[in-house]
Amino acid sequence: MLEKMIFGRYIPGDSFIHRLDARAKLIFVFLFIMVVFIANNWITYGILLLFTFLIIRLSKIRLYFLINGLKPVVFLIIFTFLLHLFFTREGPIIFDWKFITIYEEGLKQGIFISIRFTVLVVLTSILTLTTTPISITDALEILLNPLKKWKLPVHELALMMSISLRFIPTLMDETDKIMKAQMARGSDMTTGSMKERMNAIVPLLIPLFVSAFKRAEDLATAMEVRGYKGGEGRTRYRKLEWVTRDTLIILSLVVLAAILVYLRN
Amino acid sequence: MKREVISLQEVTFTYAEEDTSVRPAIQSMSYTINEGEWVAIVGHNGSGKSTLARLMNGLLFPQTGTVRVFGEPLNEHNLWDTRSKMGMVFQNPDNQFVGATVQDDVAFALENNGIPFEEMVERVQASLVKVKMNDFMNSEPHHLSGGQKQRVAIAGAIALQPRILLLDEATSMLDPQGREEVLQTVRQLRAETDLTVISITHDLEEALLADRVIVMNQGEKYAEGSPQEIFERGQELIDLGLDLPFAMNMSRLLRAQGVQIVADHMSEEELVNDLWTSHFNK
Repeated sequence: MLEKMIFGRYIPGDSFIHRLDARAKLIFVFLFIMVVFIANNWITYGILLLFTFLIIRLSKIRLYFLINGLKPVVFLIIFTFLLHLFFTREGPIIFDWKFITIYEEGLKQGIFISIRFTVLVVLTSILTLTTTPISITDALEILLNPLKKWKLPVHELALMMSISLRFIPTLMDETDKIMKAQMARGSDMTTGSMKERMNAIVPLLIPLFVSAFKRAEDLATAMEVRGYKGGEGRTRYRKLEWVTRDTLIILSLVVLAAILVYLRN
Repeated sequence: MKREVISLQEVTFTYAEEDTSVRPAIQSMSYTINEGEWVAIVGHNGSGKSTLARLMNGLLFPQTGTVRVFGEPLNEHNLWDTRSKMGMVFQNPDNQFVGATVQDDVAFALENNGIPFEEMVERVQASLVKVKMNDFMNSEPHHLSGGQKQRVAIAGAIALQPRILLLDEATSMLDPQGREEVLQTVRQLRAETDLTVISITHDLEEALLADRVIVMNQGEKYAEGSPQEIFERGQELIDLGLDLPFAMNMSRLLRAQGVQIVADHMSEEELVNDLWTSHFNK
């Protein structure tokens, strides 16, 4: 059960991309989303694909994991592709059969949009596949720190996130246990109509909630005893280090953007 | 005379302040724990022993009486300072693991107390070596056994270099092996430092390790003394809902069967020695 549920799972490794500062990776993905929109012709989209492929190679992530990451959005990609294919009515007709008419511009736009989607999903997957969730949390906390001025509880949010991440496996195990316990008592969760199955989930959720609250209470006590009194005056055990390679990866994006701007129509 | 570290005077605490029909969780408790001692507080479920733990580190404050820690009455001003000198380990191994990995969890209390980074790294390493968990620095909690998690919790507590270690039923959810690991760790720590250990437990085997035992019943102190003195009470303890240590139980049962044994035995070794020599003593 645990295995199936893990999305954006971290794959341990020691590649160039793995060793990058989580902040650099976050900024990189954020900027990349904008850079992608510069591309507007064959050559620029080609360069985008090439760049993405380079990053994949640098991350040493097996293609299998990336394809897995693409699965949930495949439908969306195909859908937008078809949408563009049939509804863009520009340029010469390249295919005409009964009521289906496909224009060259439609095919082109469809392919472009699909490439755009794919590279975005692949690069964000690489971010989550090469960075531990806790590093992403740390990076977010540091990057969002300026927002404290506007009363955004950045430290608290980051702590909440890291505690939730830490408790995911614990609660998964618990769910599994409760499910087995209820099944042993004759509850049937896999057959019946939609409504019956929804009803069968209730005896699963209630014990889970009760125990989650109990855990939360215990955890709060344990944290208090260990001297937790908010973000003020805390030091950090996890250090993020920004080194030359982090600057380089951001610069590579700037170069990419410059090339794309130069080559676009 | 050793210095006192914790002392309670006529402490009474109730969870239901308005309702006088409810028996207070703790009733006029008084005792003193001295530096370097290992004190076990035993009692059956609902005898008030966990409430006692919470009173000792200021999670709860008594309605009457005073709790003194290091000679000073515990109050809101010295609360955090006191807590930093008192490590505490709770019952459920999962519910006190805050960090994403073992080293993060050990560092948690250090972060809270604003320890500088370089010192933090050293202390985390040293504490993990002390509980023999240094090979698991980067492990995530769901890959550890209960005993391992409790040892990490102990490491987290001692990383702050406290003078008191408070174990609140720290072994009760563990299997025998995990329990042995944890108790072995505590024994080792005691041998290396003059840590004061207060263990709250219903496991009398654990109480045997202590220098002094306080027996709780219905929120009151029922008895106090060395483990020998306490366990001589035999049947009385069973009536209080406590289990006798295995060896003691065994010698009672053997005597009931007519086997000639001299006395109640505290440890398995004593019992075995007595048994195999019993034939010669005739």
